[in-house]
Amino acid sequence: MMEEDFKDDLEEKSEDKFSITTENLSVYFNEKPAIKDINLKVRNKSVTAIIGPSGCGKSTYLRSLNMMHELTPSATVYGSIKINNIDIEEFGVINLRKKVGMVFQKPNPFPTLSIYENVTSGLIYTGNYKKSRLDDIVEKCLTASGLWKEVKDRLKVSAMTLSGGQQQRLCIARTIAVNPDIILMDEPTSALDPISTTNIEELVYNLKKEYTIIIVTHNMQQAARVSDHTAFFYLGRLVEYSKTRTIFTNPKEKLTEEYVTGKFG
Amino acid sequence: MLDIIYEMFINSYPSRSQFGLSFIFSQDWDPVKDKFGALAFIYGTIVSSIIALIISLPVSLGVAIFLSEMAGKFLKTTIGFLVEILAAIPSIIFGFWGLFVLVPFMRNTVQPFLQSTLGFIPIFSGTNIGTGMLTAGIILAIMITPIISAISRDVIKAIPNSQREAAYALGATRWEAIRMALLNAKSGILGATVLGFGRAVGETMAVTMVIGNRAQISAGLFDPAYSMASVIANEFAEASKTIHVSALIEVGLLLFVVTFIINSLARLLIYTATKKYDTR
Amino acid sequence: MTTKDIFITDKNLKYRKLKSNMVLIFCVFASILTVLPLLYIFFYTTASGFTHLSLDFLIQMPKPVGETGGGMANAIVGTLILIGLASVIGIPVGILSGIYVAEYSGGIFSNIVKFVTDVLSGTPSIIIGIFAYTVIVLTTGSFSALSGGFALGIIMIPTVTRITEEMLKLVPQSIREASLALGISRWRTTLNIVLKTALPGITTGILLAIARIAGETAPLLFTSFGNQFFSLSLDEPIASLPIQIYNYAKSPYTDWHQQAWAGAMVLVLLVFIINLIVRFFTKNKFSSDV
Repeated sequence: MMEEDFKDDLEEKSEDKFSITTENLSVYFNEKPAIKDINLKVRNKSVTAIIGPSGCGKSTYLRSLNMMHELTPSATVYGSIKINNIDIEEFGVINLRKKVGMVFQKPNPFPTLSIYENVTSGLIYTGNYKKSRLDDIVEKCLTASGLWKEVKDRLKVSAMTLSGGQQQRLCIARTIAVNPDIILMDEPTSALDPISTTNIEELVYNLKKEYTIIIVTHNMQQAARVSDHTAFFYLGRLVEYSKTRTIFTNPKEKLTEEYVTGKFG
Repeated sequence: MLDIIYEMFINSYPSRSQFGLSFIFSQDWDPVKDKFGALAFIYGTIVSSIIALIISLPVSLGVAIFLSEMAGKFLKTTIGFLVEILAAIPSIIFGFWGLFVLVPFMRNTVQPFLQSTLGFIPIFSGTNIGTGMLTAGIILAIMITPIISAISRDVIKAIPNSQREAAYALGATRWEAIRMALLNAKSGILGATVLGFGRAVGETMAVTMVIGNRAQISAGLFDPAYSMASVIANEFAEASKTIHVSALIEVGLLLFVVTFIINSLARLLIYTATKKYDTR
Repeated sequence: MTTKDIFITDKNLKYRKLKSNMVLIFCVFASILTVLPLLYIFFYTTASGFTHLSLDFLIQMPKPVGETGGGMANAIVGTLILIGLASVIGIPVGILSGIYVAEYSGGIFSNIVKFVTDVLSGTPSIIIGIFAYTVIVLTTGSFSALSGGFALGIIMIPTVTRITEEMLKLVPQSIREASLALGISRWRTTLNIVLKTALPGITTGILLAIARIAGETAPLLFTSFGNQFFSLSLDEPIASLPIQIYNYAKSPYTDWHQQAWAGAMVLVLLVFIINLIVRFFTKNKFSSDV
């Protein structure tokens, strides 16, 4: 029954339900395919998890969404990526990245900047800000990332004084300060301890009211906890994409079932 | 960069047109009579650099082995630091020290000793003035040892530990294990040596102060000599005639070409040596 | 044959062990041999310099031969001016080409830049002096501080380029990605984020470059030339410590020799202190990220 629901859902005509659509997306590194022909529609204002064993192309997929592959000369991207029905090529790389924020595997605050400067860096260095509003933005973003109470008295100290979990939340605050529509998270908790992980997961849950979130994780429990939909990648291909509950309780593909039950991976 | 070659090429024109190839093969250098041949300088440069290399190479290798294979952490950092400083001391200081300490020492102790024991070999003959080819070679050796040993140390360090362990596992003694590592690092060490040689060839001030500055080719290592860089340093500011200046610039051009070839060779060797074990 | 026999039959072992120890002892000896001249030069210079170093030396002008006293104030100021001039030329060019090689690597042009830098760093400084002579002294018609600064600046470039390149490469790729992912443009990322992160390392590199050119003598012989008098103007010959040491050391006067020792000590101390500072600050570099 549930599966039926989902089918209807996918076939719904109103396109504004989806904020990202990729069609036949393939990425090659030095002529070798890392992902092949990925067709995926990501829903607006929800959390989509991408799971799969390491080397299956999860991160590669994620990084193609904000054109991070541009940095790697050996990478070539084929197929189309549309955000709100506009091809990402039309945005231009800078505007695209403002619209599609990214949180990385290891917390990477700018080491020479203070906490305050880290949050505002995306605004200041793109030259798109009003000085009078910066204080408000910093408070708003740090509150949203659950860091405000912990750091409000030491905004001017170096970001490197924070713990790993705090640094990661700072990176999230930095990302939402630019006011993106979509946030990509590339295994955001894999470098963190369990308590920090819980904090981040709660944060993800809260953020989906305002943002579309795609989270790559190798931790199946995490996907089950935080996401609404889950895509399972294997060897560079999309095996199954469904509601999270379906993937974990009643998967269609044998491969998916074997993976979520821990038979390989 | 290209401009450097161009400028030197243009400005050495009068000398090149007048002397042609004989510039390199003649040892007459007489500014008063407008006769210029650079052979004595070329000879002086090369011989002093080779002396430096003969003295410096075994010592540098010893230091490199000591620093990479034997020393504990404290000695490693301390000696490493001292060697770095030695490389950073201005050459004028070496020259000055050489002139006031090494030259008298050579004149009063080393040269008489060598002459009395090995004087029957022609190279240990000559007048005991202290300055001369051998003194210049020794100063150069002191100056290039830090360079050769620092690079050799890095090259030896780049050899994976498994190489040494493999040798030990076959029952090798410590030196035999190290020799295995050295064999692997030999092109890098050769590169370091060539680089040190290049530095010796281009060294100016220290050599100028101790080599004796006489344009002659003599078999005796105690005799004064002259080097390419030194003649430029000594005569350039005072050269008034165009032909004299242009001859000096031609010496510079020669020196540049020689060091260019030496350095390119060295870079190539070091590059291939460090790349082999670069696992990144 | 028992196990015991195998060990006994290796008759070479004693010889091999002896050889091994001999070589190792040689290595220790070589290290001592290398460090000795350094300590000797260092202490000799400091000892002979210290006795002649006084306040007068630092603030007084040179006196004519025969009169005792006097100092090298003009040379010290001259060296500072030359370093300043060289920095104005060498630091920006060096940093920019370092950025180019590190951040925009891969192209043919960046490889050319890298190669040229390598060649330049191996070129004898006296050649650079000839270059500065033909470019500036010949065109302006006189020895000048400017030409000396120009020569020293060119000598600085490869050191600064190299250190900038290495420091930029130490900046983790994740920092660049973080910045680009915020929609910050490439050059802003390089300038405001990456360069800023690498700045402490680059600063120490610049210090090393300055330590090197402060003692350069050869290229100054026929560019800045030397001057017995106090001069601040850039188009006239200017005094400098290394040249003054050179001229005094060659002279037959004991008094001048002592002055030269004091000058040499100032130079050695400068080099030593800069190296010590650099050593101290580079020790903990980027250790928090690794």
